[in-house]
Amino acid sequence: MLDSVVRSDALSTRTAYPEIGDYAVIGDCRTAALISRAGSLDWLCLPHFSGTSVFAALLDPQRGGRFAIGTNQEFQASRRYLPGTPVLETTFRTASGMARLIDLMPIEEDAGRLAPMREVLRVLEGVEGEVILDVRFEPRPDYAREKVRIRSRGALGWSCSWRDELCLLTSDARLDPAPDGTAVIGRVRVRAGERLRFSLAYTKGDVAVIPPLGEHAQERLHRTIEWWRRWTAQCTYEGAYREAVQRSAITLKLMTFALSGAVVAAPTASLPEAIGAGRNWDYRYCWLRDATLTMRAFTGLGYQNEAASFLQWLLHATRLTWPKLQVMYDVYGRTNLKEEELGHLSGYRGSRPVRIGNGAHAQVQMDIYGEVVSAAYHFVRNGGRLQPDEAKLLVGFGEIVCKHWRAPDHGIWEVRGDKRQYTFSKVMCWSALDSLIRLQEHGGITIDADKYRQERDGIAQAIETRGFNEALGSYTSEFDGDCLDAALLLMGCLGYKDPGHPRMRTTFERIHERLGCDGLLYRYKRGLDGVDSPEGAFGICSFWAVDNLAKRGDLTAAIETFEHILSFANDVGLYAEEIDVPTGAALGNFPQAFTHIGLINAAIALAEAETGSGR
Amino acid sequence: MTSAGLPPFWSMMIWGLAATVAMTTVLQGAQGLGLSRLSLPFLAGTFFTGDRRRAVIVGFVFYVIGGWLFAFLYFVMFASLGLYTWWLGAAAGLLHGVFLLVCGLPLLPYLHPRMASEYDGASAIRQLEPPGFMGLNYGHRTPLTTLAGQAVYGAVLGGLPQMAMA
Repeated sequence: MLDSVVRSDALSTRTAYPEIGDYAVIGDCRTAALISRAGSLDWLCLPHFSGTSVFAALLDPQRGGRFAIGTNQEFQASRRYLPGTPVLETTFRTASGMARLIDLMPIEEDAGRLAPMREVLRVLEGVEGEVILDVRFEPRPDYAREKVRIRSRGALGWSCSWRDELCLLTSDARLDPAPDGTAVIGRVRVRAGERLRFSLAYTKGDVAVIPPLGEHAQERLHRTIEWWRRWTAQCTYEGAYREAVQRSAITLKLMTFALSGAVVAAPTASLPEAIGAGRNWDYRYCWLRDATLTMRAFTGLGYQNEAASFLQWLLHATRLTWPKLQVMYDVYGRTNLKEEELGHLSGYRGSRPVRIGNGAHAQVQMDIYGEVVSAAYHFVRNGGRLQPDEAKLLVGFGEIVCKHWRAPDHGIWEVRGDKRQYTFSKVMCWSALDSLIRLQEHGGITIDADKYRQERDGIAQAIETRGFNEALGSYTSEFDGDCLDAALLLMGCLGYKDPGHPRMRTTFERIHERLGCDGLLYRYKRGLDGVDSPEGAFGICSFWAVDNLAKRGDLTAAIETFEHILSFANDVGLYAEEIDVPTGAALGNFPQAFTHIGLINAAIALAEAETGSGR
Repeated sequence: MTSAGLPPFWSMMIWGLAATVAMTTVLQGAQGLGLSRLSLPFLAGTFFTGDRRRAVIVGFVFYVIGGWLFAFLYFVMFASLGLYTWWLGAAAGLLHGVFLLVCGLPLLPYLHPRMASEYDGASAIRQLEPPGFMGLNYGHRTPLTTLAGQAVYGAVLGGLPQMAMA
């Protein structure tokens, strides 16, 4: 736990932006909320990750809406997740006492039970002395575009309804309407041993269920803790970094949409990759780019059910576009993710425009065929079974690769503009065909193996002749180019080339020379993507370096690098997409599944290198 | 027509079922289209069980049978007036709908074993949101969708015999 002093004015002003790393995430595997160190719930989309926001103070403290429970006095805040869970505990210490705020989104195992569609439960406990806290419930539905109507429902609390959606706040604290009628506020005094509960229940298109408070709320808290601890106990990782790996696994599970098995890249939209620049994207979707590494993380930790659900989602979602693949899909596999700018929101620290939807969905990325097929191969290699129709879908992807691997694309980083001959895309095309050949050897599918071997070898030959710059001594971002790309480290992680091979060793060195800074890695040289603004070091790239080092036997260097990257997590173990190198601050959408996946896979590679069980 | 002025029994059965299906389609359609959160089958089902999945199934069965049986009251009314027309049916349906909205739904928290009330709050058993006056808690279009459903129900009950007699 990290203590930090927060001044009262930081809470009371509605123009203050906490650091991105000041947030922690809670969730129920359907959606997630971000809560600041000061106890303000500043981001929540309903009914799922890609739904519209009800609280978005994260992107506009004045208009976005929040559900804050915090003290107006000067205080020290410390926080932690309850072990083995994403249940957040924030402790406020003031001159007059100490209070603890427990935040969670309850999970009910019994699907038939009468329960709200989604619930955020906040339990405030007095620990010492007496603490006065201010409550502000300020919903602003549909990214603050809906008119707010808050009504008292008597003993049932306060309702905010729009279209066919309803948020109902119940509490055993006394609350009152704000003078303008668009918020509910209250000042509560909590003494040692006292407990107050706040439940936000959400319903769409149905008769609402109002969760009871009191001991029933405590039971929901305990059931949720138990559920998470049972899930966490299934983790098979036994290496030296259990706590970090467990936190990453929980975070990854939080971003797994329980109703489909999809894994979203992050629960947030438009948190900037550079403050004040235009690098603000919506990450509440599922990128196929992440598929292989996500599957490796699930199978590597022993989460076979999650792996099976994820593969089923991959193959189900992509049926709509089969045999072609789209760069990203939403949690249900829908493909129309039109990008839109929300001009009425000021953006995080003025980082406009605020974007929802993602224009990159229309790009062409050849690497994603390799991602999906390799994910299926990892699933089978770890004991999973493919259904005949699933095998047929995979063969269809193989045929697309055979036909189109020579064509240019937009590459793994979705560079907007002309298509190019990205070396990494070719590597993943190679991986797609190699995985299909191996799957046939496993007996799961039927392909024309000779044709696939010929095409695979042709891709490898093209990579080795045009994707490797002899003068530079490195693989390059594009064919016949001289720029570097940290994604090339994945050639070693994904089995294209032994990380100990001389070409991989020199590529590793060149990447660190040109893209490294303070032990971290940028993904490519500034300006390569046509956006003339800086960005942070890319979290997962540094973990790929660890993976390479571990796989080639440089264990000491791997451990040093890994522990250095661990030092950039926030106080509750979460990572954003990027890290601001000068300050170490988190940048970009938060928390980022890709970074946590990198941590898990690097930790597994380290453990395998230590025990000599590398595969 | 029978000696009491009622249509043949089997005709009343078929027309009653058709009217119930039409009304249920309007009400569930309104819910699906986001016009109202009211689900009468769900409310009916939760009278009998606290299991959401079972409640939906039980509620549908109960609701369809209830609508079917209620049709006989409409036929008795038509017979008593000696008039079988779609507009009389629709008017009766509207009146029925107004009664349901103004008297029936607000009474539910006192009758329904699983419905919370705005006076007592929610408990372990009583967790369902009460509908409020005219069902407005379930969305401001709830009165309109309910009246539309009831009007269609009555219009079908009056209109089918009208067509048969034409």
